[in-house]
Amino acid sequence: MTQPNPKTARSLAEALQKACGDLVSEIVEFRGECSLTILDKSKVHEVCQVARDTLHFDMLTDVSSVDHYGDDPRFEVVYELYGMEHHAYLRLKVRVEEESCELPSVTSLWRTADWHEREIYDMMGIRFSGHPDLRRILMWEGYPYFPLRKDFPLEGKPTDLPETAFTDRAPLEGGPFVTTAGKQNVSQREPRAKAFEPED
Amino acid sequence: MATDTTEWNVKDTLGKTLEGLEAAKKPSADGLEGDKLVLNMGPSHPSTHGVLRILLELDGEVITKAMPDVGYLHRGDEKIAENMTYNQFVPYTDRLDYLAPLANNVAYALAVEKLMGIDKALPERCQYIRVICCELARISAHLLGLGAFAMDVGAMTVFLHTFTEREKIYNLCESLTGARFTTSYTRIGGLARDLPEGWVDQCRQFLKEVEKNFDETETLLTRNRIFVDRTQGVGVLPREIAINYGITGPNLRGSGVDHDLRKSNPYLIYDQLDFEVPVGSQGDSYDRYLVRMEEMRQSARLIRQCLDRLPGGPVSIQDGKTFLPPKDKVLSSMEELIHQFMLVTQGVNVPSGEVYFGAENPKGELGFYIHSTGGGTPHRMKIRAPSFVNLSVLPYLLKGEMMSDTVAILGSIDFVMGESDR
Repeated sequence: MTQPNPKTARSLAEALQKACGDLVSEIVEFRGECSLTILDKSKVHEVCQVARDTLHFDMLTDVSSVDHYGDDPRFEVVYELYGMEHHAYLRLKVRVEEESCELPSVTSLWRTADWHEREIYDMMGIRFSGHPDLRRILMWEGYPYFPLRKDFPLEGKPTDLPETAFTDRAPLEGGPFVTTAGKQNVSQREPRAKAFEPED
Repeated sequence: MATDTTEWNVKDTLGKTLEGLEAAKKPSADGLEGDKLVLNMGPSHPSTHGVLRILLELDGEVITKAMPDVGYLHRGDEKIAENMTYNQFVPYTDRLDYLAPLANNVAYALAVEKLMGIDKALPERCQYIRVICCELARISAHLLGLGAFAMDVGAMTVFLHTFTEREKIYNLCESLTGARFTTSYTRIGGLARDLPEGWVDQCRQFLKEVEKNFDETETLLTRNRIFVDRTQGVGVLPREIAINYGITGPNLRGSGVDHDLRKSNPYLIYDQLDFEVPVGSQGDSYDRYLVRMEEMRQSARLIRQCLDRLPGGPVSIQDGKTFLPPKDKVLSSMEELIHQFMLVTQGVNVPSGEVYFGAENPKGELGFYIHSTGGGTPHRMKIRAPSFVNLSVLPYLLKGEMMSDTVAILGSIDFVMGESDR
C-alpha cells in the first residue's frame, strides 16, 4: 500500500516553511504526512494563500477542530490541504485560546471552508471572522451549547424544545447507551420505554 | 448564502447568469410585478433522498436563491467516537453512508491502521477481500443512486431493475458478514471472518448477471429522449468551482477533473490492479450519470481481477496485541487470554499522533482525521463526509435553474444524509 509520495509532501512542506519563515513552525512528519503549525493565528489567511497560490494546494479537503481540554490554548483548528496536480496532502494547524475563540476565515480562498467553518462554530464554538454566513448547521438555530467540547457530557444537556424534540439527557448506565440489568426495572432505567409494572 | 457568480468565468448556459435573471425581472407589458416566493422543500420529501431541507426562493419558475438546511439526521457520531474503543466504533461507520456500508468499514479500518503504522503489514488476502468489498459497495451504491435518480426524473422501471441486482448484493453480504445491510465487517488489523465456502463462485455468478443488468439499464436511460432532455445541460458544475468547493468522487469526475484517490494516492492493492477512471466533459447531470454507469462496469472488472488472483493465507494480522487471538487458544493458553482481555476491555493500544486518511468511497472522498493521545479511544475523530461537502455546492448549482430541475440535480449529486449529518 503506497502513501502519497512522501518526498513530494515533504518538499512542499519545506517550500511552505521557506516562504512563510517564522509564521510556521518546524515540520512534523508522522506516517508519511507532514504537518505545520501556524504560530500566529491572525496570519492564517496569509499562509493558506501562499499554500494555495504558490504551492498549488487547490483543494481544502477538511477543516477539523480539536478540544485539548485543560491545555492553554485550548482549541486547535486543523486544515487538511490537497493538491490535484501533485497529489500530496499537507496539514496546517493553528491553536486558538478559549477567551477570544476566534480565527480569520478562509472562505475567500476555498468556498468549501464555508460549511466546514459553520460546523466548527456549531460544534466547538470557534468563531470565524470574515465568514459570509456564520450560523449553526447541524444543530438548530438557538441551540445554546457547543456539543463537541470536552466539558459537554455525552448524554447531552436538556434544552428548551419541549413539544418538538427529545432534548432531555439520554439514559446512560455505566457506559455509552448501555444499561445494566438487575439494579432497577426497565421503566426506571429507560424512561422512554413503555411503563412496566413488575409482578412482585 | 452569498455566492457572487460574477467573479467566475463561467460559460453562460441557457442564460442562467445574473443578467439573464435581471432581464426576466423587467416589468411585463401589462405592468404586473410579482414578489418572490419562498418554498420549503421540507425534510420529508420523496425526492430529497433522505432528510434534507432546502429553502428555495422562487421568482416564478426560476430559483433565485437556494439554501440547504442539513442536520436532521445528526446523531453525534464524532462525540460517540471519543467514548468508544476503535473496534467498538465500527458499527457506527456502517451507518454513515448506509448504502455502501462495507466501503465505510474499510475506510475506517485503514485510517486506524495507518495511525498504528500496520497498514503495510496487512496480509495479502485481507487486502484483496477488502478491495472486493469496496467495489461491491460501489456497485450497490451506484445502482441505488442511479435507480433513485431515474425514478425521480420519471423512469420508474429502472429503479426496480437496479434493486433486483442490489438484492443479490445483499445476499452476498449476508453470507459474508451475517447482515444484509449493516455489515461491520472489518476490524483493526483485519477482517471479522474469512470468505465462506462457495462465496467466490456466487460472486462470479453475480457479476455475470449484473453486467447484463448494466446493459439493460443503459438501453433504458442513455439514449432515452426524455431522460437526456431532462439531464443534459442541467446543473452544470465547472471544473474550478468543483475543486474550490471541495467536491470529490463521481461529481468531480463528471466535471472533467481526472481525480480518483484509487489512482492518485493508492491504498490497499489498487496500484496492482487494472482499471480505468471515467471522466465527464460537460459537468452536467447527464455526465454524472454516465460516469457512475461506467464506474460500475470498472468495479465489476476490478472484482473479477481480485477473484482471479485471490491468495490464500490469514485474513488478519496475527499479533495478539492488535487482533483478537483465535478462540481455542484463548480458552487454553494464558498469554492469549490476557490479550483477549486487554483488547476487549481497553481496546487496541494506539500510539499518540494524528493521521488523516481519505478513501475513494462511492459518494466521494470519505476521510477520517483521527487525533490520538495514546490508549484505546481516540481523543478526536473527525469524519470528512463527502455528501456534506457535495451538498455545499447546491446554492451555486440551483441558482438560476428551473424549479423542476431541482429534482434532477439532487438525484445527480447523489448524496446520503446519514453521511452528511453523521
